Amino acid sequence: MRNNIPLREANTLGGVYRGPSRQDGGGSILKMFARRPLAAVFLFLGGIAHAEEIGDAERGEKIFRECAGCHEVGQGAKNRIGPQLNGIFGRKAASVGDDFFYSKGLQRAANDGLLWDLEHLDAYLENPKALVSGTRMSFRGLKDPQDRHDVLAYLRRFSDNPANIPEAEPTQLPAEVELPPEILAIVGDPEYGEYLASECQTCHQRDGSDQGIPAITRWPVEDFEIAMHAYKKKIRPHPVMQMMAGRLTDEEIATLAAYFKDLE
Amino acid sequence: MTLNRRAFIGTGAAAAAVLAAPTVQGASHGKPRVIVVGGGAGGATAARYLAKDSKGEIDVTLIEPTRHYYTCFFSNLYIGGIRDIASIGHSYGTLASEYGINVVHDWAVGIDRDARTVTLAGGAVLPYDRLILSPGIDFVDGAVPGWDVTSQNKMPHAYKAGSQSELLKAQIEAMPEGGTYAMVAPPNPYRCPPGPYERVSMVAHLLKQINPTAKILIADPKPKFSKMALFQEGWGNHYAGMIEWIGPDFGGNNVEVNADEMALSIDGEVTKVDVCNVIPAMKAGRICEVAGITEGNWAPVSGHTMQSRVDENIHVLGDATSQGDMPKSGFSANSQAKVAAMAVRSVLTDSKVFPAKFSNTCWSLIDTDDGVKVGASYQATDEKIAKVDGFISQTGEDAALRKATYEESVGWYEGITTDMFG
Ligand SMILES: Cc1cc2nc3c(=O)[nH]c(=O)nc-3n(C[C@H](O)[C@H](O)[C@H](O)COP(=O)(O)OP(=O)(O)OC[C@H]3O[C@@H](n4cnc5c(N)ncnc54)[C@H](O)[C@@H]3O)c2cc1C
Ligand code: HEC
Ligand code: HEC
Repeated sequence: MRNNIPLREANTLGGVYRGPSRQDGGGSILKMFARRPLAAVFLFLGGIAHAEEIGDAERGEKIFRECAGCHEVGQGAKNRIGPQLNGIFGRKAASVGDDFFYSKGLQRAANDGLLWDLEHLDAYLENPKALVSGTRMSFRGLKDPQDRHDVLAYLRRFSDNPANIPEAEPTQLPAEVELPPEILAIVGDPEYGEYLASECQTCHQRDGSDQGIPAITRWPVEDFEIAMHAYKKKIRPHPVMQMMAGRLTDEEIATLAAYFKDLE
Repeated sequence: MTLNRRAFIGTGAAAAAVLAAPTVQGASHGKPRVIVVGGGAGGATAARYLAKDSKGEIDVTLIEPTRHYYTCFFSNLYIGGIRDIASIGHSYGTLASEYGINVVHDWAVGIDRDARTVTLAGGAVLPYDRLILSPGIDFVDGAVPGWDVTSQNKMPHAYKAGSQSELLKAQIEAMPEGGTYAMVAPPNPYRCPPGPYERVSMVAHLLKQINPTAKILIADPKPKFSKMALFQEGWGNHYAGMIEWIGPDFGGNNVEVNADEMALSIDGEVTKVDVCNVIPAMKAGRICEVAGITEGNWAPVSGHTMQSRVDENIHVLGDATSQGDMPKSGFSANSQAKVAAMAVRSVLTDSKVFPAKFSNTCWSLIDTDDGVKVGASYQATDEKIAKVDGFISQTGEDAALRKATYEESVGWYEGITTDMFG
């Protein structure tokens, strides 16, 4: 891990976005950073900035709610729909271990050397598919650079070394619906799963790719069931999915969750 | 032609043996055989699901004359300049190579229901245990006085996609400044209820850029149409003053055309137009009539299995059927194909059957990033496929929702074409 590089010494200018006094001289530095602050900081530091140098971590914590439906971060964080994000700075892409199924796209990018530094995280969050074609992360991206900087500042706090990870509950969102254990314990008939799932595959692609409609393969069963029950109970607003989930029984939802979890 | 030899066996002795063995189908000739006629939304899906889920236990032959299937869905977006033609073309390569489907590029011209054989234009006679017909639509002769299929090169319908769509687009692009595009809309029931009105939206989208003073005239025999309020709101917002809709109260149901003169007469009043997009009344693809399984213009089916009400060895899918409440759409055909594939597998390989479920969603694009949708879910009852629940976009929705709706339709297009062609 490269995240303990003593960055402060490398910086002598002070302030939030510190930069080199390279060829452009002092006057244009601010302007230059106003345009591409992260890239510039990154290039100069050649390593990883501290949270406070990246953005406002307090604000970032709030923005992280957009991620928390899929990702956990913090002590004991587990892989959910997305991988846990502890130590993400400096982590090789697609490397949380065998129990998370990454897309071929992200694995390919990892093989090509993608390492999660500030610049690449920033690009991925701006437009996941632009950086990693075929990624399974069904997230439109954060268009506002400030939002990205702030959320990255927040994540940076969980990236020093594992011992430094603040003691807080992992960030799992409160479930949208509470499902009693009997429902979660239902095991469906795989043949039935295959038939029921055929209806979903007019829209959701089998190989987990997504263009306009999110990927639903390889999710933890519980998250899948919660999402489906949230549509069924009309807690989630989408009319197509409310209709699709509305006529599924608890057992059918469990059967589908199991089927999509194991889809290759 | 890529017929394999096995497909020829069975015209004589083996066919007789099939007849003599009414229940355990396929026992007399090794693998059971299914022939699917028509490689569109219904047929391609059915062939793929049969081959995939029977894991080689069923011999699947798909008969489709064209080597490239151009989807009608999104063909309006091609006309509007939002997609290119290549992006709506699909080939059958994967169905043949990955799913082992015997793809035969020919027309089915005859069906002998007693002998259970299909005759192809090329002369081959293929035996089947089960036959699936998904031939889409043909036009009712004489539906629009003055128009017949020989007029389609002057007055295109563009209701089967491909060269017709290209012709229509080229004609619109060649319109003189301030010229008139006219559409003769079809009576119910027809393929894709919102299709003509999405077409008008996309023509308007194109004209607004290349010929903003042009006019659009729609002669419509129906007093109201699918998503009417949504389209009318959208036309007002995006194409104010360009589109005139003439319903039956003003003669939209009393139309005649003259292709040589490029003339359209509405209630006796003749207008010269520059493009005349005639979409005549429709009926089941002709092969259904040839098979003798139609009543009126369509082939009635049971919703539980999509079996013909006339012949239980034939399943009919998609636009060609009369089944109840589902609209004639690609989504519906794809949904019905899965039910039929399950039913056919259960008869031929004894696999499990589950209650038939269907759904449909039809998206339409009114202007760039302004998408709307309508959809419903259905179940099979003994008389028909009956609607269970549904939804429709609302007027006055914000731009972000409309954009998300359009993006969903792009996702759906990828999803359904992958579901059809692998
Ligand atoms: C402009 C337009 C827009 C549309 N938009 C949408 C949309 O957004 N969403 C949606 O769900 N639906 C849409 N549709 C409807 C959709 O295209 C049809 O409902 C769907 O294609 C029906 O599927 P099918 O299998 O019944 O017929 P088709 O897809 O038409 O397939 C029939 C196939 O059978 C072949 N065939 C016919 N006769 C024979 C024969 N004798 N032998 C061998 N092969 C034969 C034909 O070559 C054809 O390939 C649209 C249609 C139009 C015209
Ligand atoms: C809809 C679910 C979802 C949302 C919302 C989401 N992600 Fe992801 N994320 C994923 C999935 C799934 C992956 C794995 C991607 C792959 O395999 O291609 C992923 C991957 C990642 C990775 C790469 C991890 C690795 O191990 O290589 C990062 C970093 C990341 N997400 C950050 C975020 C942040 C920050 C947000 C919020 C701004 C966010 N994600 C929102 C689902 C989501
Ligand atoms: C007509 C197209 C369509 C069909 C069919 C469909 N879905 Fe969806 N699905 C969507 C869309 C669009 C969304 C995004 C909804 C939203 O924004 O909440 C979605 C969202 C989902 C989600 C939540 C994804 C997330 O990232 O939170 C799940 C889970 C899901 N669908 C499962 C299913 C299952 C299971 C079926 C089959 C029973 C199915 N869908 C059928 C279009 C469809």
